[in-house]
Amino acid sequence: MNWLFHLGRYWIFMKDLIIKPEKFSIYRKQLTRELDNFGYGSLGIVALTSVFMGAVITIQTVYNLVNPLVPLSAVGIVARDSIILEFSPTMMSLVLAGKIGSSIASEIGTMKVTEQVDALEIMGINSSAYLVLPKIVAAMVIFPFVVLISMFLGILGGWIAGVLAGVVSSADYIKGIQDSFVPFNIVFALIKTITFAFIITTVSAYHGYHTEGGALEVGKSSTSAVVYSSILILIFDYLLTQLILT
Amino acid sequence: MIEIKDIAKSFNGRQILKGVSSTFETGHVNLVIGGSGSGKTVLMKCMVGLVEIDTGEIKYDDKIFSNLDRKERKPFRQEIGMVFQGGALFDSLNVEKNVMFPLNMFTSMSFEEKRDRVNFCLKHVNLVNVNHLTPSELSGGMKKRVAIARAIAPNPKYLFCDEPNSGLDPQTSIVIDNLIKDITEEFNITTIVNTHDMNSVLEIGDKILFVHKWEKWWEGTIEDILKTDNKELNDFIFASKLAKNIKKTGLI
Repeated sequence: MNWLFHLGRYWIFMKDLIIKPEKFSIYRKQLTRELDNFGYGSLGIVALTSVFMGAVITIQTVYNLVNPLVPLSAVGIVARDSIILEFSPTMMSLVLAGKIGSSIASEIGTMKVTEQVDALEIMGINSSAYLVLPKIVAAMVIFPFVVLISMFLGILGGWIAGVLAGVVSSADYIKGIQDSFVPFNIVFALIKTITFAFIITTVSAYHGYHTEGGALEVGKSSTSAVVYSSILILIFDYLLTQLILT
Repeated sequence: MIEIKDIAKSFNGRQILKGVSSTFETGHVNLVIGGSGSGKTVLMKCMVGLVEIDTGEIKYDDKIFSNLDRKERKPFRQEIGMVFQGGALFDSLNVEKNVMFPLNMFTSMSFEEKRDRVNFCLKHVNLVNVNHLTPSELSGGMKKRVAIARAIAPNPKYLFCDEPNSGLDPQTSIVIDNLIKDITEEFNITTIVNTHDMNSVLEIGDKILFVHKWEKWWEGTIEDILKTDNKELNDFIFASKLAKNIKKTGLI
C-alpha cells in the first residue's frame, strides 16, 4: 500500500503547485534560468547520444537486411522511423531523466534538508510552486526542441555512419528518409516528449521535496527520482503508443 | 506580543509538546532553553506555522494565528523573520540577492531602494563589502549575520532565531547575541531565541522559558534563574563544574 501513500501525497503536492504566483517577474526569471539549464545544458549529452544512436541503428539495420529484394533505401526509412517514433522521444527522455531528474531531486532535496525550503515558507512564499512550477513549464517548453534536435542529429549520425562505413550510399539513405514520411509521427513524438517532461520534473521534484534527513537521504531521493521517472516513462510510452497509434 | 496557550504536538503517537503556555513580550529577547530533543525547535516551528499544532492556540498580538489557513497566514508571514540554525541562505544567490529576496517578493521598491535597504541591514550586522560573495564563501558567523540581515530586511514585527550560536566560537557568539539584542530594542521587535548557549542566557535573556521533557518546566527572568532551586534547571544551566563553582561563590 506504500504506492497508494505516494500517489496521494503526489496528488496533494501537485495541487499545491497550482497557485497565483507571488510575483510574475520572479517566476519569469526562474523560468528563463531553467530554460537555459534544461535546454542549453542538455545539448551536449543529447547531441552525443543522438549521433551515436543514429549510427548504430543504421549499421544494425544494414546488417539485418539479408533479403536482396529489399532496397537499401529501406535503411533510411527504418532509421528515420525508429529515431522519430521511439529513440529520440523515449531514449532522450530516459537520458534527461538521469541528468535533469537527479539534478532537480538533489537541488530541492538539499534545499529541504538545509531548511532553505522552510525559509521560503516563513517568508510567505509557496515553496513548492516557487521551486517546481518554473521547472515543469521550462521542461515542457524546451524538451520538444531538444528532441527535435535529437531527431535531426540521429538521422544525420545514421547517414554519416552508413556512408563512412560504406554500407549504404548517400543517395539510398536520403531517398529512404524521404520515402512515405508521415508528419503525424513528429506530432506523436512531441506529445510523448511533453508527457515525459511532465513526468520527469514532477516525479523528481516530488522526491526532492519530501527528502528528510541529510546528505544520504538526498542521494536516495535522487536515485528514486531517476528510477521512478524511468519506469513511468516506459509505462506511459506504452500507454500513449497504444492510445494514439492503434 | 506573542501568546501561546496549551500547545500540544505529537508525531506518530509520540508526544513532543505537552500543553506549553507562555507570553513573549514586544521589545524583549525571549529565550527558550532546554536540552537537545526537549522540543524547543518543534515549539518554534509550531509558533511560525511550519508545523501544525494538535491542540492549543497561538496568538500574534490580537490575532489567533493558529486558526488561520495558509492563505490568511500569508500577510502575517511577511511580518515574521526567522534565522535558522544553519542560516538557510539560498546557495544559488549571493549575499546581496539573499538579503534582497524578501524585498523582491513582496515590495514594489525600486532596485536602488532595495539595495540601500540591503546595505543598511548588512551594515547593522557589521558586514560590509560582502554583497558579491556566495554563501559557500562565508564563514559560519558571517552566514548567521547574513541570515539575520535577511530576516530583518522586510522590517518584521516578530523575529525567531533557532540556535543562532550553534557551531560558533565564543567571541562570535557574543557578537551574534548582542546583535539580536540591539536589533530587538532598536526596532521594537518581539524576539524569540531558541538556545542552549548559557552565555546567551546570562547576557541577553530578558525572559527565559525552560522546556524540559516536552513541557514548560520553568519560566522567569535572569534574576530568577540565579535564585531558583529548580533542580532540573540548575542542572541544565550550571552543568559544568566551573559554572557550579561560580554560582556557589556568587560571582554572577
